[in-house]
Amino acid sequence: MDLSDIDPIKLIATLMVAATPLLLAAIGELVVEKAGVLNLGVEGMMITGAISGFAVAVETGSPWLGFLAAAAGGALLSVLFAILTQVALANHVASGLALTLFGLGLSALIGQSYGGQKPPPMAEVDLGPLNDLPVVGPILFGHDPILYLSLGLVAAVWAVLKYSRMGLVLRAVGENHDAAHALGYKVVRIRVLAILFGGACAGLGGAYISLIRVPQWTDGMTAGVGWIALALVVFASWKPWRVLAGAYLFGGVTVLQFNLQGVGIAIPVEYLSMSPYVITIIVLVLLSRDKSSAPGSLGRIFHASS
Amino acid sequence: MKLSKLLAGAALAIGLASTAMAADKTKVGFIYVGPINDGGWSQHHHESAKKMAEHFGDKVELVYRESVPEGADAERAITQMALQGADIIFTTSFGFMDATMNVAKKFPKVKFEHATGYKTAPNMSAYSARFYEGRAVTGFIAGKMTKTNKIGYIGSFPIPEVIRGINSTYIHAKKANPDVKLSVIWLNTWFDPAKEADATQTLIDQGVDVVLAHTDSTAPLAVLEKNGGYGFGQAADMIEFAPKPRLSSIIDNWAPYYIQEVQAVIDGTWASHNAWDGISTGMVGIGEITDAVPADVKAEAEALKESIAKGEYHPFTGPLNKQDGTPWLAAGEVADDGTLAGMNFYVEGVEGSIPQ
Repeated sequence: MDLSDIDPIKLIATLMVAATPLLLAAIGELVVEKAGVLNLGVEGMMITGAISGFAVAVETGSPWLGFLAAAAGGALLSVLFAILTQVALANHVASGLALTLFGLGLSALIGQSYGGQKPPPMAEVDLGPLNDLPVVGPILFGHDPILYLSLGLVAAVWAVLKYSRMGLVLRAVGENHDAAHALGYKVVRIRVLAILFGGACAGLGGAYISLIRVPQWTDGMTAGVGWIALALVVFASWKPWRVLAGAYLFGGVTVLQFNLQGVGIAIPVEYLSMSPYVITIIVLVLLSRDKSSAPGSLGRIFHASS
Repeated sequence: MKLSKLLAGAALAIGLASTAMAADKTKVGFIYVGPINDGGWSQHHHESAKKMAEHFGDKVELVYRESVPEGADAERAITQMALQGADIIFTTSFGFMDATMNVAKKFPKVKFEHATGYKTAPNMSAYSARFYEGRAVTGFIAGKMTKTNKIGYIGSFPIPEVIRGINSTYIHAKKANPDVKLSVIWLNTWFDPAKEADATQTLIDQGVDVVLAHTDSTAPLAVLEKNGGYGFGQAADMIEFAPKPRLSSIIDNWAPYYIQEVQAVIDGTWASHNAWDGISTGMVGIGEITDAVPADVKAEAEALKESIAKGEYHPFTGPLNKQDGTPWLAAGEVADDGTLAGMNFYVEGVEGSIPQ
């Protein structure tokens, strides 16, 4: 047992990578839920993004095109959900679950010939001397561009929701779709756009696993991250910065418990394995003690006639 | 023929299937814990199954289900396969043991074969490979190749099969390099590429430069390739990662066993048994040792493999103490299969504790 083997700087750098897929999926789902739609298909959209990104990156040799395709793939799958819930007025929960099952199957089908292949590597952002700074260098700089994109997305979602007219309208649609409709806002159109955004974010998150974090393709490789993202949005009280904190906390505890195991610390492994879930839930529950801020129309079906 | 097939099909469809109806063809079922393209454990079982089906051609019908979770769902999947008229069912993960046993009791006419477990019944066999023999060779190479004197091991579940592998790895890494330290990370899953990747990254962050894995995907090798460091193929050859980071591999070759067992079912000579074979019969294969390994180390590793194959050397030969320092094997004494089958302790020198 030698705690000095744990390098806190590397730990933080690794946890940021570990948390990014979760963060991307959760920030997308946050926007979807803010618009009053409950899409339980995050896992399905992530895995679809993971394979479409992987396939395109392998075929074209460009990780950038891969991520683009991942966003498109996730969004395309979410179109199905949008049609079901916004046009056909199907139940959100059932449609979302179906989307997850469909996505898992579809990705396995597309991915049949991609097992054992290696995607092109994505270069890390080279900021020259900044990378060599002690402590902050490895933590803040020298990551891949998608990780910065995920942080930028959190800031953008927060700013748009809080300060822009677009954000206000989106929240209005989520809080009370009948009132928003009466004011003349296109509830269905706004929701469809939000669903597409959520799908694209989930797709990016999935591709982050298959192109950067692992990097390879295997069936079912998202292994439940989509579900954690869903829970994270709720526990973070639909607040973007809390989603970021929750995702990093979750990633951090995951990586920390591996580190503790690696140095042979005498905590039973079962406790270590459950610790990311337990600690994240406890912290976020404590944070959200104020009042539940679930969007008022979350998961309710909207039809202009009702 | 066509009509009879149609009728048989219809009978199957309405759930009147019985083993007698499918008598013209032997139906062989497989249950896998992971997807058949995991690049490792499940894929290799499936490839062996396909080789078996090719060997028999028309005489055998192969059915399988992939990604079956261990637990209650497994029992349902196995039951369903038995209801569909399978004559013999192979369940290929340790966690399927009790589920297989329960279903075996309900279908006395169907033969069951469970991989890597220890329970048997009149219609249920256990079969496993002595992976620890392969671990001796890869552990030896790991000990020689580490420059930081730190090697890492990614464990799935704390079951005897995995613990044997860790002990064998450590014993032989230590023989190659007396200063070696072994860090073990348990994942509590067979298959989760993201977790396997994170654990590998963590080990690398802690200064480990050779990582051995007992999980099912190729994620550890993918991470090693990105970061530098060495690893080994597990269950499958994983040759796509050669010559670096994959230095060698432990290959499970189940095909001959599957052919032998299915032949026994066809001949009507199948009998329950507990098979446990190693390098000598080819059930455990050692993948080509790449040129990244110096020639003298390669020669020593191959000599070790030969001596195990010939039965001259047993990877668990005394003097060996348990982790707490109590004596286990006296000098020259060889571990008996019973102790190995239920192994639930680390040998002296391995750090950390086994989750109970």
